[in-house]
Amino acid sequence: MKKGISRRNFLKATGIIGAAAASPLSLVEFSWGKGSEENFTVAHISDSHLTFINGNEFVRNFDKGLKRAVTEVNFMRPKPDFVIFGGDLAQLGKREEIDHGLEIMSKLRYPIRWVIGEHDYYLDLGKYWEEKVSKLHYSFDHKGVHFIVLNSILTYDDWMFNKWKSPEERMSQMARLDNPQGSPFMVKDKQIAWMKEDLSKVSKDTPVVVLSHSPLYKIFKPWNFWTEDAEKVQAVLKPFKKVTVLHGHVHQILYNQIGNITFQAMMSTAWPWPYPVSYAQAKNAVPKLTVFMNRAAPHSERDATGWSMININNGRVINDFRLWENTNRTLKYDEKLGYPVDEKYQNPENRIPPQEHY
Amino acid sequence: MIKTFKFTILTLITFALFASPAISDEFTKKDLERWQAEFMTAVKQGEKLFHSSLGRNTVSCDMCHPNATNTHPETYPKFQKQLGKVVGLREMINWCIINPLEGDALKMDDPRMIALEAYITYERRGVKLDPGKH
Repeated sequence: MKKGISRRNFLKATGIIGAAAASPLSLVEFSWGKGSEENFTVAHISDSHLTFINGNEFVRNFDKGLKRAVTEVNFMRPKPDFVIFGGDLAQLGKREEIDHGLEIMSKLRYPIRWVIGEHDYYLDLGKYWEEKVSKLHYSFDHKGVHFIVLNSILTYDDWMFNKWKSPEERMSQMARLDNPQGSPFMVKDKQIAWMKEDLSKVSKDTPVVVLSHSPLYKIFKPWNFWTEDAEKVQAVLKPFKKVTVLHGHVHQILYNQIGNITFQAMMSTAWPWPYPVSYAQAKNAVPKLTVFMNRAAPHSERDATGWSMININNGRVINDFRLWENTNRTLKYDEKLGYPVDEKYQNPENRIPPQEHY
Repeated sequence: MIKTFKFTILTLITFALFASPAISDEFTKKDLERWQAEFMTAVKQGEKLFHSSLGRNTVSCDMCHPNATNTHPETYPKFQKQLGKVVGLREMINWCIINPLEGDALKMDDPRMIALEAYITYERRGVKLDPGKH
């Protein structure tokens, strides 16, 4: 009884009981597994950017996004085996923000696998995160799939240790997306060596899912839609038959296929980002394969934000985007074509006007 | 004597008319440089404001609009659903300050408003005008 009351209070507090009950729930289904028929489902939540203002005040808008995702994941059917958090729980890496995020995430009924983002890292270089949240890189196996979690938001030592007067200054510089003083994300050799060693024990036909914050390929350097040593990471993954990278950071629908590796970006619960094609002053390498998400209506606070249900079938990801205030989208790996395809919009004839970004 | 005086005056007037450096609208390269520098000062101020907290919740414009993307200054004036009418860019800037940034509107001629407009339009330079476009 007591438990029931506290859950009801939580739902009331988030104010979305009706919305959650009325909306279909999204999940990511991994369908694969070496010689195993076992398919399973996980949820992916990312980029909540909880922002501390003062005292007990946080930015209301961003709190609402994460709380909504947590509530919806709890209602999700089939139930997820676990929940992935894709990084950037906090905005400026503050303890208040990480604590606040842990409190909201503690309402989840499922275990969480954490990925660190640059907004969680650059104040104390991951110290508080390691103490309270999770290791920064690790691997695990689940129902025949090998998962690798990377800390992909490292950067050059000089930028990290020598360039800034204080940890606060370093954090605020890294937090600015369009910063000309910024520095590209890196996995770095030490972690790549660990990854190589970790994968040496995994057979080549075992499906591999890599969880990172930054995209492990190069899209647009000015906004760090970019990992400087991506090619080195890709080379380590090359011998494996089925590889999927699920990443955060870009706050938009973005997918690509490079050789054997499928890349998929996850939505943010906080706010959407424009596609780099919208910046008239710099060239970009946005994948042609991606069918863009709808341009967001600024007056719909949760438009172009959301989370993903991931179904894993035979080692491939079916990504069900749950897009609040927008039509849901499903991305599915096409075995014949050898790349992921949007179920409804991949055919150019089916595209709609809001998918045009300029 | 008077004649000479008249002649001198006439000469002086003629000289003033045709040889003065104060010819009203023939500007020099130096003028252009100065005006451009003044404009870029406004752009720089705008960039700073765009990346700072203009409201009460620490949120800044660049968080949704890196390099001022998706502001589309070339499409104004245009119909803005949330305001229910055709508005200019400055009114939309104020909508953002009031709503996502939870702040107070700037006056239309506030130097900060002009600076924001300078930065937003500068980041979109070269894109053709397309008023009304959505």
